[in-house]
Amino acid sequence: MPDHSPVHAHQFETLEQQHDADTMGMWTFLATEVLFFGGLIMCYTFGRFSYPQAFEAASHRLYVGYGGPNTAILLCSSFTMALAARAAQLGRKRKATALLILTALFGVGFLIVKGFEYHTDYLEELVPRFRFHWDGPEAAHAELFFWLYFVLTGLHAMHVTIGVVILMIVAVLSWRGRITAEKYVTVEIIGLYWHFVDIVWVFLFPLLYLIGHR
Amino acid sequence: MKETPPNYLDEHSVSSWLLTTDHKRIGILYLLSIVVYFAIAAVAAALMRINLLTPQGDLVLPETYNKLFTLHGVMMVWFFLIPSIPAVLGNFVIPMMIGARDVAFPKLNLLSWYLFNIGGLCALYAVICGGVDTGWTFYTPYSTTYANGHVVTMIMGVFIAGFGSILTGLNFLITIHKMRAPGMTWFRLPLFIWSLYSTSVILVLATPVLAITLLAIAVERLWGVGIFDPNLGGDPVLFQHMFWFYSHPAVYIMILPGMGVVSELITCFSRKRIFGYHFVAFSSLAIAVVGFMVWGHHMFVSSQSIYAGMVFSVLSFIVAVPSAIKIFNWTATLYKGSISYDTPMLYAFGFIGLFTIGGLTGLFLAAIAVDVHLHDTYFVIAHFHYIMVGGMVLSFMGGLHYWWPKITGRMYPEAIGRTAAIVTFIGFNLTFFPQFLLGYLGQPRRYHAYPPEFQVFHVLSTAGASILGIGYLLPLLYFLWSLKFGARAPANPWNATGLEWETASPPPRDNFEEIPIVTEDPYSYPPEPEEEAKPEPQHA
Repeated sequence: MPDHSPVHAHQFETLEQQHDADTMGMWTFLATEVLFFGGLIMCYTFGRFSYPQAFEAASHRLYVGYGGPNTAILLCSSFTMALAARAAQLGRKRKATALLILTALFGVGFLIVKGFEYHTDYLEELVPRFRFHWDGPEAAHAELFFWLYFVLTGLHAMHVTIGVVILMIVAVLSWRGRITAEKYVTVEIIGLYWHFVDIVWVFLFPLLYLIGHR
Repeated sequence: MKETPPNYLDEHSVSSWLLTTDHKRIGILYLLSIVVYFAIAAVAAALMRINLLTPQGDLVLPETYNKLFTLHGVMMVWFFLIPSIPAVLGNFVIPMMIGARDVAFPKLNLLSWYLFNIGGLCALYAVICGGVDTGWTFYTPYSTTYANGHVVTMIMGVFIAGFGSILTGLNFLITIHKMRAPGMTWFRLPLFIWSLYSTSVILVLATPVLAITLLAIAVERLWGVGIFDPNLGGDPVLFQHMFWFYSHPAVYIMILPGMGVVSELITCFSRKRIFGYHFVAFSSLAIAVVGFMVWGHHMFVSSQSIYAGMVFSVLSFIVAVPSAIKIFNWTATLYKGSISYDTPMLYAFGFIGLFTIGGLTGLFLAAIAVDVHLHDTYFVIAHFHYIMVGGMVLSFMGGLHYWWPKITGRMYPEAIGRTAAIVTFIGFNLTFFPQFLLGYLGQPRRYHAYPPEFQVFHVLSTAGASILGIGYLLPLLYFLWSLKFGARAPANPWNATGLEWETASPPPRDNFEEIPIVTEDPYSYPPEPEEEAKPEPQHA
């Protein structure tokens, strides 16, 4: 698509039809993602109900000092993402670009904090199989908790990374003026994905960090 | 061909195929790939059947036998049955049936094909490196801890191919929702579309759970920690729950599209409107929804609570109701129709009979007490193959014959086509009916040797398999023959209704000269058979 005119792909009749299809495509994709994470949360539920004490003790070894600020970062990024979609809809190119970059930076910030947290987990010997040491009862069950912790947060971090890359691409497109007001749907669709990634974290944070906190 | 406008097959370069985003060409790419996977899986089945000719299993070692049935299962389920009708026939006809130029996301469609084949090559690589002997179900803890072989490679193959099917399902859903031609309301959609819509819902919602389950197995096998390992407090039965949460709906992925094809064939070759359109349409959705709630019937003997077992048993009986509705409606459609016995119709008849047997024996297995006796016996094998081969493969063959003129612009030879359909039917029954008896008498599945008193059934089954093989080989040969020597097909050789028959054979690149406007219900066959009920292909 070399110019800004609202041309649509050849299989569609109108641009509106294309946008409807794209939006629904993203929603459907998110439905698959729900089931994808859902399978793991099912595993978590099984572990939590089978070994409540071990899971609680293991959860206390995670630092809310990492997870809490990270939650705040992602919530802020959702806010800037929503603002970016609105700015794109109004055709305000510079503002939209800036907000997209800001959102991506929040994502990068999240990943940096997460990296420090993984490093701490490593130092404290909480990595199952590779470097795991557990004083106290039910060591195997605690290891199970950390297995779930690393798989869940690892997959989530992967989604954040993909989101950051896409956000940067869209920011470049926006800067070059490829995303006009008629085509702001692109930003909105990326926003759907980004909000979903946030929501996954909003579930993971209490499930993993806040067991037994009062 | 010079007097006609350019059609979608006119470009011949390799890149025009490998980089195509045309749904019709992608359908053909899928057809070529699944034929290869089918052939590999069929060879594995043939070796097993030859091995079982003698009670002591003379042809292969027990370990090899285990690898053969794993290869057969994985290849047939994930690389033939699941993509067969959706990705080949669905890709080809869905956009044409609803009056669209292409699917909603053509590039994604091509990506699906690549993912599918990368997955397939991964699985084949695992086989070449020495194979996998877990069975297609990858049950833990065997697959995670004890099995030798390249389980992780095989699992990654299925995992990657799974994303191909998720994207195919997503593409179809959006296409059916958003790409319909003007006037093509939901209740004017052909029933093939309804069945593929339901299939896509399952593809999109069930496959991710398989993906995460396989990923968990791979992690557990590679690093020795995981949720399925009892030594760590994990639970192997949790694996069975998650696996069957996908794999039971997956058998509906494998049969629903076949039901859609049969709805097209029955109406066309009896020149009748479908009896109870809404019931047939909604029964597809009902199967998709209820199909998600029956997975526990695979675990009646796996320490599942007896009360859960009872609920799953009742739900499994309920899921048979929409299937039965379809059978009754098809037979009611035939009533007073002017039926012609062309090849596709013979396959459709085969489908109805064999699917009925397969479905009813499924009810035997859904009854808890009976299942305790029949679990993991040849009875299950026979039931499954009556649905998958008797149902899905026959309807795939029927659909392929039906749409072959549209796909290639050539007619297949009718007489030999009918012969092949009958040979397939006979060979199939001879192969699998004895297995019902074997299972009832207590022979377990997956054994490479057996007590001598079972030999007569195994010999019958192997004899049937060789006839079935001929039934598969014949279409392969005459389809290839027809590409060069077949009579040229008119736009509508069957005098069928449906938008795909209103455009040329083979269709132009964008399917239609201009997007059609739909004004009537599907299957508007003339109420009285005044026109010749059995049109010759040439004069249509």
